[in-house]
Amino acid sequence: MTLLSVRDLSVTFPTPRGPVRVVDGVSFDLGRERLGLVGESGSGKSMTGRAILRLIRPPGRVGGALTFEGQDLTALSERRMRAVRGARISMVMQDPRYSLNPVMTVGAQIAEGLRTHERMGRADTRRRVFEMLEAVRIDDPARVARLYPHEVSGGMGQRIMIAMMLIPKPALLIADEPTSALDGSVQGEVLRLMDDLVRARGMGLILISHDLPLVARYCDRILVMHAGRVVETCAAAELDRATHPYTRGLLAAVPRMHETRATLPVLDRSGWGGT
Amino acid sequence: MGRDVTALRLADLSVSYGRTRVVEGVDLDVAEGESVALVGESGSGKSTVLKAITGLAPDWTGTIETFGRPRGHRPDLALARDCQMVFQDPYGSLHPRFSVDAVLTEALRIHRQPDDGRVARTLAEVGLDPRFRFRYPHQLSGGQRQRVAIARALILRPRLLLLDEPTSALDVSVQAEILNLLKRLRAEHGLTYLLVTHDLPVVGFLCDRLAVMRRGRIVEVAPATTLHDGAFADPYSRKLYVESLGAEETP
Repeated sequence: MTLLSVRDLSVTFPTPRGPVRVVDGVSFDLGRERLGLVGESGSGKSMTGRAILRLIRPPGRVGGALTFEGQDLTALSERRMRAVRGARISMVMQDPRYSLNPVMTVGAQIAEGLRTHERMGRADTRRRVFEMLEAVRIDDPARVARLYPHEVSGGMGQRIMIAMMLIPKPALLIADEPTSALDGSVQGEVLRLMDDLVRARGMGLILISHDLPLVARYCDRILVMHAGRVVETCAAAELDRATHPYTRGLLAAVPRMHETRATLPVLDRSGWGGT
Repeated sequence: MGRDVTALRLADLSVSYGRTRVVEGVDLDVAEGESVALVGESGSGKSTVLKAITGLAPDWTGTIETFGRPRGHRPDLALARDCQMVFQDPYGSLHPRFSVDAVLTEALRIHRQPDDGRVARTLAEVGLDPRFRFRYPHQLSGGQRQRVAIARALILRPRLLLLDEPTSALDVSVQAEILNLLKRLRAEHGLTYLLVTHDLPVVGFLCDRLAVMRRGRIVEVAPATTLHDGAFADPYSRKLYVESLGAEETP
């Protein structure tokens, strides 16, 4: 079953030297599965995620077709789109320190996410917030709900963000570099948690990251992006059989734990100029 | 390479920020020409050790010696000539209104050294084309900025480089270029490195030994080849290794 269908998506920004296409003809279908969107800075991966939520502001222009649960997202009014954002598709951002509201307690922010989309009493809201905090493995929800973002660690901040994004029970979660601001050990915890919740709720996930091995571990399918285009699509398990020189170059450039190479191979950026 | 000369000696080093002690009784010797990594999670105090050496964290006790010379608590010009630091974020560590040329000549001016073609030579060494010399940081990519930051550190011809997560803000393909550059520079100039990182594979590529830090203390010092089999003595080091191994898929 297709949850989201993206056809020939493009995002264009005007510059003094003429319009620049930062996303250029991206197409894919997403079911209730985990899709990884990988690429380096400027590859257009984040812009693709934002375009799906219609978060590209003028003068940026979006072209192509976006169909989500059978409705054409590009045709929705801004009001109808707001009902989709958060409730049906939500997004986890990179750094909890910058994306949580610093002057609102954790509990109030999570409750706000819920109240925007559902009408319910205070006691029910409170119960749902605590349940959600427990679901993201926060042991002491009553205490944490009273804290402000600066009082929690990065890993806990990201768990709070995930709680906030999942509490309205969306069908699709877009996670844009959800763990790049976190420590290695915490990174694993947060990703496993997100993975468990997404599977248990039968949601679709788009995981956007520059980290190819990480995406391979937490996704079913991978799209490799370069210069606004998808250069390679493959099953995560078959990443080692990737054929595109850019994908192969990215894989080879990462130092390994059993490193014995004297120099790391460097991408020859002229090699795939066409794609 | 003279392995018997000690480039850096830290003895019973403790560093505080206000009332919080973040580094506690650190002992570490780095031989000249050696490359040693300080690894650990955020908050383990690894960057603070570098800051104490350069004088950015002045509230410390214990001994800091570079090439046999003890460091005091005041700014130290002679130390700065021998020992320079490269910071993590090339976007934050370069003055936005200084051109590349201004960044590099400022260091020479402070140390009253003439620019005998040294700016151009240093730029060439870090692989930057001469046309970048009069550009500003915002006109450069992240990798180019980190090359400028390395050139700024190298221009005084230091013997010891302190590297604070020099590639963690960069894309993998750019990281590979900068790691290769650091490796080449070390071989060409016989430099000594003290590298702070949370990325164990980077240690395997660039270093001879690693010191694992936890809560302000060094829990273990081991040869970098330990990363091949993970035979660390300390349980915390093993945990760090296993987690990092999990993060490194073998596709």
